[in-house]
Amino acid sequence: MKDIISGLNKIFDSRIRLGIMSVLMVNDSFDFNSLKETLDVTDGNLASHLKALEEKNMIRVNKQFIGRRPNTSYSATEEGKLSFRLHLKNLEDLIKTQ
Amino acid sequence: MENNLSSADELKTIRKIMEESSRFLSLSGLSGVSAGLFAVAGTLVAWLFILKGGSVRYDEYFRSLSQVDTFSLRWQLVADALAVLGLSSFFALYFSVRKARKAGNVLWTPVTKRLLLNFSIPLATGGIFIIILLLQNHIQLLVPGMLIFYGLALLNAGKFTYGEIFYLGLLEIILGLIAALMPSFGLYFWVFGFGILHIVYGFFMYRKYES
Repeated sequence: MKDIISGLNKIFDSRIRLGIMSVLMVNDSFDFNSLKETLDVTDGNLASHLKALEEKNMIRVNKQFIGRRPNTSYSATEEGKLSFRLHLKNLEDLIKTQ
Repeated sequence: MENNLSSADELKTIRKIMEESSRFLSLSGLSGVSAGLFAVAGTLVAWLFILKGGSVRYDEYFRSLSQVDTFSLRWQLVADALAVLGLSSFFALYFSVRKARKAGNVLWTPVTKRLLLNFSIPLATGGIFIIILLLQNHIQLLVPGMLIFYGLALLNAGKFTYGEIFYLGLLEIILGLIAALMPSFGLYFWVFGFGILHIVYGFFMYRKYES
């Protein structure tokens, strides 16, 4: 029991971070505003969670310009995908053991 | 126990976000029903007013005439088909906007773009191909061409919206291939593929997901 809980990745503790990773698992890339609308969170809140995930190398940031407007999009790194899959597996195991 | 609940809950939320962010779920069954009704109406207009209740045949006889003789008939049929396409697209959009608003969802997302791109490439290819068929006087292949390319477009769109649309696409393709073997019955295949199938599919989808 203890083993399973310690296996849960701390980085995915927050619901918003889980949400971000869920979106990026099934989409090659997703831009900031679409993420904001999908997860229904504020700019600042989303930005800080994205930053945390980026620092842990879970996601990659791609900055580009569409015309003159800057557009920031995000993708999950291989490491991020692997960690998230592991996290999902842990969640499933946790449910099964109880 | 509480841990169990929250983990299950967490997994559920994750699945929901994955589903919603990778599939366009604002497509309403009513879009299908309305497209089908317009197709039936368009067929009636073609049959009653343009082909005068069958007294003007549009197949072998049609082809044997020179292009000049049938010029106005042809373009009336094309205008009729374009009207059906325009009205169906407009109401498909209308019902999608309505469904998205009702559910509090955003209509224009990265998935919507992907869906439209994957749907319109086979559809536009078919559209251009059909114009070429028309210009080269291959009237008997128009209906099969429309059904086959529309079916391919739906099949391709199936990855980005409700999976059921894949099977509708498959049916349209099969129907188009049969229609190619029976060139004298184009209008019947057209009304079945674009009319009846849309109405049945739309009604089924509406019952399954929206009521």
